[in-house]
Amino acid sequence: MKTFDYARADSVEAATRAGGRFIAGGTNLLDLMKLQVETPEKLVDISRLDLNTIEEREDGGLTIGALVPNSDLAADPRVIAKYEVLSRALLAGASGQLRNKATTGGNLLQRTRCYYFYDTAAGCNKRQPGSGCEAIGGFNRIHAILGTSDQCIATHPGDMPVAMRALDAVIVTQKADGDKRRVPIGDFYRLPGDTPHIENVLEAGELITHVELPAPTGGRHLYRKVRDRASYAFALFSVAAVVTVEDGIITAAALAFGGVAHLPWRNPAVEAALVGKAPSDETFNAAADALLDGARGFGTNDFKIPLARRTLIASLREVTQ
Amino acid sequence: MHFTINGQSHEAEVDVRTSLLDLCREHLGLTGSKKGCDHGQCGACTMLVNGRRINSCLTLAVMHQDDEIVTIEGLGTPENLHPLQSAFVRHDGYQCGYCTPGQICSAVGMLDEVKKGWPSHASADLTGASLDNAEISERMSGNICRCAAYPNIVDAIREVADASAKVDA
Repeated sequence: MKTFDYARADSVEAATRAGGRFIAGGTNLLDLMKLQVETPEKLVDISRLDLNTIEEREDGGLTIGALVPNSDLAADPRVIAKYEVLSRALLAGASGQLRNKATTGGNLLQRTRCYYFYDTAAGCNKRQPGSGCEAIGGFNRIHAILGTSDQCIATHPGDMPVAMRALDAVIVTQKADGDKRRVPIGDFYRLPGDTPHIENVLEAGELITHVELPAPTGGRHLYRKVRDRASYAFALFSVAAVVTVEDGIITAAALAFGGVAHLPWRNPAVEAALVGKAPSDETFNAAADALLDGARGFGTNDFKIPLARRTLIASLREVTQ
Repeated sequence: MHFTINGQSHEAEVDVRTSLLDLCREHLGLTGSKKGCDHGQCGACTMLVNGRRINSCLTLAVMHQDDEIVTIEGLGTPENLHPLQSAFVRHDGYQCGYCTPGQICSAVGMLDEVKKGWPSHASADLTGASLDNAEISERMSGNICRCAAYPNIVDAIREVADASAKVDA
């Protein structure tokens, strides 16, 4: 690991002005620093800031502090009761030890597990802009099938952000000049395009302070994750679904997908294929057609296209039962 | 810097890069916690920090000033084993033993999580889980045993969990 300056921030303001890389749980950042994939010159420890509570808002939603550990968020009775898809997604991720350390804000910013991103001897436009993408034409079993570019086919590895995307979460930040902003999660992440090293809209010094969940919408919640091991593995494909069926008709559907793109994926056409229809395999196939319109495999990840179709259909059967 | 480990006060001067694991092993002579992968994948380094199990290889010592840290050395003594330690002996919950300190620290933290009512990926109902073998396996999935002593590890944990449930009832 390359050495760095270390400073502990005692306020959000001080953290945003400290001019360094934020560290909270550190489970992803330190892993990458050991491999010298990340080499920050200064770490600003935000782990003791007062951002670790979950508050109910008057509009019925929840405001989650950026430092709330994944374990606590998954076990919160309000989350279990009203946002089950979020608890399920969190519990499907990582291990007990990691969930105890990993934070809400940090999980949003988790880096890809692309093998070539991790291998500092390999070309990777995300790690080293301009150095190429060895995943294209290489081993890409875990890579994206949607929203890719000829510069990068990495996936976002998270589960929690997939559920948050289905729940229309809003990311609240504070900048170094004190300005606060609220960014809908759908506008937070960027597709790789020509700049895969820029993964989200955060500016230098801008700190995620909270995540807001809108008032619960009811419906049935499901998070289904397909992976190579039964536990403690990243998603090859995952579905977060919040679906309401009334009198035999789907009246509301919010679906987001993990393991298929550079960001937690959501496509309004998938939901449009469902709403107003009776649950049936024909309807579910139409939703899968909408999801996979334009999907492209890169060789060893070709299997993800049929896998996504089958998993989506199975998930929709279950959630509309 | 000041650290509290197994109830004892320690002063140490460490490089900022030092992990909590290396602080214990290399600076304080507490070599019970093991370094397996050093990347949070194997769980051999599991310790309890403020009562919660974490991977000590993936956290910086400088971030743990004044935290309450418990390692395997703080759980029991050779004369007076922690209930999980004696259960691992009784059930032969290991072969080479390298993962065992992490398994036991992790199990201590895990059983406390169950007591708090935390659900897991294996819980059909997130509001009240019973600790069956599938739950134990899921909740312990962050601890790898390359000798694959898993059935006996689950049995050892099961015995302690059942005994503790009886005491609570």
